[in-house]
Amino acid sequence: MGKFFGSSVTKKFVMAVAGLFIILFLMVHLGINFFLLIDDPVPFNSAAHFMATNIIVKVFEVVLMAGFLIHMIWGVVLQIQNWVARPKRYKRTSSSQTSFFSKYMIYLGIIIAVFLFIHFMNFYFVKLGLVEGDHENFHLMANNLFHLPLYVVIYLVSFLFLAFHLHHAFQSAFQTLGLNHNKYTPVIKGIGLIYSIIVPLGFSIIPIVIYFFK
Amino acid sequence: MKLTLKIWRQKNADAKGKFITYDFDAASPDMSFLEMLDALNTKLIKERTDPVAFDHDCREGICGSCGIYINGHPHGPGKKAITTCHLSMREFKDGDTVYVEPWRAKAFPVVKDLIVDRTAFDKIQIAGGFISTNVGSAPDSHAIPVEKSKADEAFDSAICIGCGACVAACKNASAMLFVSAKISQFALLPQGRIEAKERVQTMVKKMDELGFGNCSNTGACEAECPKEISLVNIARMNREFYWAKIQ
Amino acid sequence: MIKLDANIPEGPLAEKWTRYKASAKLVNPANKKKLDIIVVGTGLAGAGAASALGELGYQVKNFCYQDTPRRAHSVAAQGGINATKNYKNDGDSIYRLFYDMIKGGDYRSREANVYRAAEVSNDVIDHFTAMGVPFARDYGGNLDNRSFGGVQVSRTFYAKGQTGQQCLLGTYSSLIRQISKGTVTMYPRREMLELVIIDGKARGIITRNLITGEIERHSAHAVVLATGGYGTIYYLSTLAVNSNPSAVWKAHKKGAFFANTSFIQIHPTSIPQLNEYQSKLTLMSESLRNDGRIWVPRKKNDKRVANEIPEEERDYYLERRYPAFGNLVPRDVASRAAKERCDAGYGVGETGLAVYLDFRDAIKKQGKKDIEAKYGNLFELCEIITGINPYIDPMRIYPAGHYTMGGLWVDYNLMTTIPGLFSIGESNFSDHGANRLGASSLMQASGDGYFIIPYTISNYLADDIKTPSISTDKQEFEDAEKLVKERLEKLVSINGTQTATSFHKRLGEIMWNYCGMSRNEDGLKKAKQMLEELKKEFWTDLIIPSDLNSVNQEVEKAGRVADYFEIADLMVNDALNRTESCGAHFREESQTPEGEALRDDKNFSYVAAWEYTGESKPHKLHKEELKFENVEVQVRSYK
Repeated sequence: MGKFFGSSVTKKFVMAVAGLFIILFLMVHLGINFFLLIDDPVPFNSAAHFMATNIIVKVFEVVLMAGFLIHMIWGVVLQIQNWVARPKRYKRTSSSQTSFFSKYMIYLGIIIAVFLFIHFMNFYFVKLGLVEGDHENFHLMANNLFHLPLYVVIYLVSFLFLAFHLHHAFQSAFQTLGLNHNKYTPVIKGIGLIYSIIVPLGFSIIPIVIYFFK
Repeated sequence: MKLTLKIWRQKNADAKGKFITYDFDAASPDMSFLEMLDALNTKLIKERTDPVAFDHDCREGICGSCGIYINGHPHGPGKKAITTCHLSMREFKDGDTVYVEPWRAKAFPVVKDLIVDRTAFDKIQIAGGFISTNVGSAPDSHAIPVEKSKADEAFDSAICIGCGACVAACKNASAMLFVSAKISQFALLPQGRIEAKERVQTMVKKMDELGFGNCSNTGACEAECPKEISLVNIARMNREFYWAKIQ
Repeated sequence: MIKLDANIPEGPLAEKWTRYKASAKLVNPANKKKLDIIVVGTGLAGAGAASALGELGYQVKNFCYQDTPRRAHSVAAQGGINATKNYKNDGDSIYRLFYDMIKGGDYRSREANVYRAAEVSNDVIDHFTAMGVPFARDYGGNLDNRSFGGVQVSRTFYAKGQTGQQCLLGTYSSLIRQISKGTVTMYPRREMLELVIIDGKARGIITRNLITGEIERHSAHAVVLATGGYGTIYYLSTLAVNSNPSAVWKAHKKGAFFANTSFIQIHPTSIPQLNEYQSKLTLMSESLRNDGRIWVPRKKNDKRVANEIPEEERDYYLERRYPAFGNLVPRDVASRAAKERCDAGYGVGETGLAVYLDFRDAIKKQGKKDIEAKYGNLFELCEIITGINPYIDPMRIYPAGHYTMGGLWVDYNLMTTIPGLFSIGESNFSDHGANRLGASSLMQASGDGYFIIPYTISNYLADDIKTPSISTDKQEFEDAEKLVKERLEKLVSINGTQTATSFHKRLGEIMWNYCGMSRNEDGLKKAKQMLEELKKEFWTDLIIPSDLNSVNQEVEKAGRVADYFEIADLMVNDALNRTESCGAHFREESQTPEGEALRDDKNFSYVAAWEYTGESKPHKLHKEELKFENVEVQVRSYK
């Protein structure tokens, strides 16, 4: 298995690059989502349309999907190796000063993956034509979903977990890529902290506003 | 000072181990943790039972022999940057329950009780943790000046004592802090650059083969390392590795 | 009877080694592959020798009792390593280092060996640097030096307070390089329990596998012992608690002479004993004496806290007794002075066996920051162990057993009186006379291992190239193994009530009190008798777990303690024989009116090499007269 997936360092490199790509994409996605707050469905739908048809975006879409898949598969592979590396657990553990959420990345990742699946069922697979639905009016679909209390709760909780995931992921990716420097690492950590708060918060504001005010 | 010690006892590598509870009250706060175990062992020997086996040697924090996982911490709770032999019983209170466990990792199988087999570390270093220079072939020491900051950094990486606390602390039982410290020391010095490309690849390969886990940048290793080896080393190792691979 | 011949090459002192190397016999590469060499120990000397011999192409088997060779106790040396590079342009030279070592050793070492040790010191530093040992550097990128041990030149190379660790890890890296090439086979967790001699030559060893308990036979064309010193004879010492001279002692009983057994250096600045359970005394680097002031209260049994004792009630006894050198007097002088004060009732702490090392004035003068930069890690260590914060309260220190200048007698080839058995590093007696100079132990061990033994062992083996690989089925191996097994069986069958450690403690106490920093005839005789009684008690009342087929750390200890009894006896005999005071050996009968050591060059300018003559038979003394042709013998004075 080790040979096929490359060395531990290579695997981590792939994880980090895929992760950073997803991090970039999240910002784009958030930008588009803000159009949902406008009552006029046209801007959002045309943005969605643009994303679905533009040729460059389509290329990136393949890369992104590959990124998601690799990030998930590699994540699981690495985690299994890590569990195997300590067959007998400690009886008594206590937390040392560490990056707290890093210990739960796999669980956070699984929760996010589950949400992603729901999300794909609702939108992406619709767009691809795998699931039935009106792929010309995502604005309406989103508005309908954000009026379902259960969906909003799942959505919010998922983004809370995403925030936790990102909190470790951001700076961890830089460390994995070998970018650790006494001067700049604190800056990266700072940006990571801001990113992991702002982006999930941005995503979360939209359903809240729609649910309560629209 | 009365303690309830829950100590992992395992006859040998193949045996199934278990925790055995010892109520022990000869512990003085001035003792080191290992001296407390010495005292317990004296009692056990006199009771004609098998004493607790544990590795130890210099008892001044430099040889790297000792290593016990105590109350959830490699080398014990309390003060930072110490080895088990320097862990003072002042860190415990009368009546405490203390869990005493060996390092747990697939790559560090238990030999007996609290002794584990750390030859995996030797194997990693045999894979390339050296500079190939023969006796008598060295130029004058001043033939190659080394920038002071680089030499100091190399020193900070070189002080690793090879105790294995990083592996014990890591939730993934990863050896990357240990491996990266050695790689860093040599990578930072001009003498070591010549073989740097080869070294990082062979050492990482060996590390992977031996069944250590992967680094998830949690930082427990750095927090528990008795010599405060920094995560910067792991980043440097990654860098060295990519650079070697793409060349 | 064996004639004691040091085999010193002819010619002027400075040319002896060059001439030796030029005329030494060589072994061709094809033959080297067929020759096996056993090296016991993996410190600077052992691992250095194993890797150097491996590089040459010999088949080396290297043994250590630790789980990995990287843990040998060379790792703990703090201060530095000397070399005569003269990078400071302060007038250093090979001769000057040679002279300092001869004088520091109080004129009880062999000129030719000492000169050679100084001569190869530069090669050692170059080699370490090439291997990536991160010595301290200055802003120009060159190696930094400091002055150490009260000498007038700055010739000590260092890596913060961890020079030994860095040198050892460098040596370990050269060793594993040879392991990776297959020239060295490593046998960790093995303890050498017997030497095998065939036809008068050292041909193998018997070891115990410390994990499986298996008794193993290993053969070779030559055997090198690099097993360190016997400072643990005092039980509490600065050595690793498992450091032991059993291998050396087994060799001695097989015919290797043991020289200057009573020369043990006591280090003046160790953290004192805190309680009866203590297993180890931790060294505080000697460099602390550069800024710290040593004192005791002027009043006997003064129980006040140190900082409450006013200046006029403090006795800075070193500054008082030795105004020229003050707190920087050599180790032996500082140690004895501390003992003298404590014995007189002025000691501090709960035990009264400690003196203060005070940084109050230094902090006042230089600022806390400067002191922290120099000694921060040591102060931390002090606080970890004792709970005393030296920035506020003075440290407490007391002397501790540290380094054994005595050891197996070797000639210029570093070969013992058994052909084919070599002894290097601290395990031999050769270079430090009666007192070792600071920062010269790393130097000597590395020099022996890397640069001397490869030449001398080839010279010896050149006559052995026709000897095929030695079979371990030979009768001599059979007999040796049987002896080892019987000894182990005997130890586990005593089944008494006292542990090996408790005997070791009591033995150590006798030695510390009567054969430690200060010795006299009555005390030594008393010690001899006490040792005899304790030894009897040991052999009738020892208790250890009986399982010999797995990890049994108690049987390891017991075996070592059994040997300590015999070494202790020889140590006492040697101290009794040498009625003069010299270096670390202070006989109260031989002192000046001011209480300083008084040498007796007329009667004792010799190496006392002791021959083992049999169980409970007295040792036989052989004298190697010391000739000083290149230095003028003077009185050491630090007034």
